[in-house]
Amino acid sequence: MKTDHAIDACNVSKIYGAGARAVTALGDVSIGIKQGEFFTLLGPSGCGKTTLLRCIAGFETPTSGTILLFGRDITHTPPNQRPVNTVFQSYALFPHLSVAQNVGFGLKMQGKPAAEVAQEVERVLALVKLEDFADRLPQQLSGGQQQRVALARALAPKPEVLLLDEPLSALDLKLRKEMQSELKRLQTETGITFIFVTHDQEEALTMSDRIGVMSAGALMQVGPPREIYDHPVNRFVADFIGETNFLVGQVDGQGLRIGSGDVIAVPLNGQTGEVTLAVRPEQINIGPAGTGVAAKIIDMTYLGTDTHYTVALGDASTLVARVQSNSGASLSVGDSVGITFDAKAVQVLAS
Amino acid sequence: MARARSFDVTTLPGFAITAILAFVLLYAPIITLVFYSFNGGNSVNQWGGLSLKWYAIAAQNEAVQQAALRSLIIALWAAVIATAVATMAALGTTRRGKFKGQTFIYIVINQPLMVPEIVTAVALLIFFSSVKIATGYSGLGYLILAHSAFCVPFAYLPIKARVEGMDTSMETAAADLYATSWNTFRFITLPLLLPGIIAGAMLAFITSLDNVIITEFVKSAGQDTLPTYMLGQLRRAMTPEVNAISTALLALTVLILIIFYFVTKKRD
Ligand SMILES: Nc1ncnc2c1ncn2[C@@H]1O[C@H](COP(=O)(O)OP(=O)(O)OP(=O)(O)O)[C@@H](O)[C@H]1O
Ligand SMILES: [Mg+2]
Repeated sequence: MKTDHAIDACNVSKIYGAGARAVTALGDVSIGIKQGEFFTLLGPSGCGKTTLLRCIAGFETPTSGTILLFGRDITHTPPNQRPVNTVFQSYALFPHLSVAQNVGFGLKMQGKPAAEVAQEVERVLALVKLEDFADRLPQQLSGGQQQRVALARALAPKPEVLLLDEPLSALDLKLRKEMQSELKRLQTETGITFIFVTHDQEEALTMSDRIGVMSAGALMQVGPPREIYDHPVNRFVADFIGETNFLVGQVDGQGLRIGSGDVIAVPLNGQTGEVTLAVRPEQINIGPAGTGVAAKIIDMTYLGTDTHYTVALGDASTLVARVQSNSGASLSVGDSVGITFDAKAVQVLAS
Repeated sequence: MARARSFDVTTLPGFAITAILAFVLLYAPIITLVFYSFNGGNSVNQWGGLSLKWYAIAAQNEAVQQAALRSLIIALWAAVIATAVATMAALGTTRRGKFKGQTFIYIVINQPLMVPEIVTAVALLIFFSSVKIATGYSGLGYLILAHSAFCVPFAYLPIKARVEGMDTSMETAAADLYATSWNTFRFITLPLLLPGIIAGAMLAFITSLDNVIITEFVKSAGQDTLPTYMLGQLRRAMTPEVNAISTALLALTVLILIIFYFVTKKRD
């Protein structure tokens, strides 16, 4: 089978334990990851991200389903025979081996001659800017440097797919930002397919070519960051990615009504009765009273570049709007205002 | 109330006197033994001036030399075999999650700690004598085998502690980096377990060196180890030579314990 997919997971389920104590970590997950893409698995703690990664790496065997690597079934191939390497969350560096020996371990195990190993180690250490640390032991490095060693170690054997399980979660914010662009650069330079796991939505949005949002062992939505952000398919995704206002509306003959009955122009595709709307704070415009939906400002928070206004609609439901602080409008708590939305920005969700 | 403070045994009445008594009971005989090993006289309890005479006599005694050599050979082999078995047992019992018959395996491994030694000794005597008749072999192999068996639990405990303290993520990472299970063991597991293995080997060595009962039953004629040689001397007139040999054994044991202490301390 010819395919441009580096990894295909087909109907993969993983159940830990048996009987009454069985835990379904993955329930029938299917996903195709394209060659050379930076793919992120995003989801809250315990949703099965690590489990899916471990199935791809070969540390776990799926209870059912198959894993394909470039179309080849590797579901039962042992991890040491898969051209797939992992950057572990805890780094898992070998404490008794030097940085160079750690990085060269995979090549050595592949039976490469010592000279070639040394040359490759040097190249990869340069790639992660650790040339000067080759002879140190892992415990003589800072957290960020250990992170780079773990990355170099996984990259050195030139895997076809690199798995990264929350590799940045132990770093402080500044280092984290640095490593994010570093990872992105390495991915572009090496052209290796990256499958990156995180529960940080901002990290996912900035780094990925595509994101798979997971919840409770299932994939909710797969798509490019923009699409996931602008068109979340359900309430979970809308809530998990970015800040979102949820509103209950009624669809009747005239259209969609919110607040105390104001009709808003939103493309509907056949929904009737009660629906849930999702709208991002930055997509709410605050205008003078009389325009759009009648509302009242009940709270404001100044956040530097932006100001957050909490507004109450006629039916007492509230929304948060984000407005640029220098936009000129002088609004204060208690003001009556009118709210308008960009029609395309409002998502009607299957709730 | 003052009693609300945490419990401290040292405040119990009679603590000091009990502690002193315990130390005296433990160490006074040993100190006496060491002291009289430097006796210039011929008695194990009458002082005849300071001298290294009995060390010289012991060192020149051919029976002592041979017994000492035999003790060392047996202890070395027993330590090596017991440590190898114990390492595999420790990995087998801790590296694969719970399995059926685990308790049974623990009992089998630790059996020498539980079955009275004299029972094992008699059993081995009977068993080996029929093997001797069947094979005609009567070398040191029987003693080495017997010692290896009862040394296993002593080697097993420190190694098991080390395996339990070792994160499985190391082995997972090695497997991820194309290592076969043998290479994972050789390059990752073994080096990381080494302090535990050294500690286990030293405990096994000391345990073998010290053994009397099983050795006495299993040995053929002319296969005395140092402890059984000394036991034999009891039937004759005791001279400070026995003190000198004991002191030398003690010194060796203390030395090994000191190394043991540093090996287990340093790597953690
Ligand atoms: N070895 C195991 N035995 C039993 N249950 C497990 C095992 N490993 C994971 N689980 C369970 O499977 C579910 C998914 O776990 P997983 O580690 O994949 O989550 P995750 O998405 O990686 O979470 P986190 O973000 O916290 O790392 C959880 O409910 C977890 O408790
Ligand atoms: Mg995880």
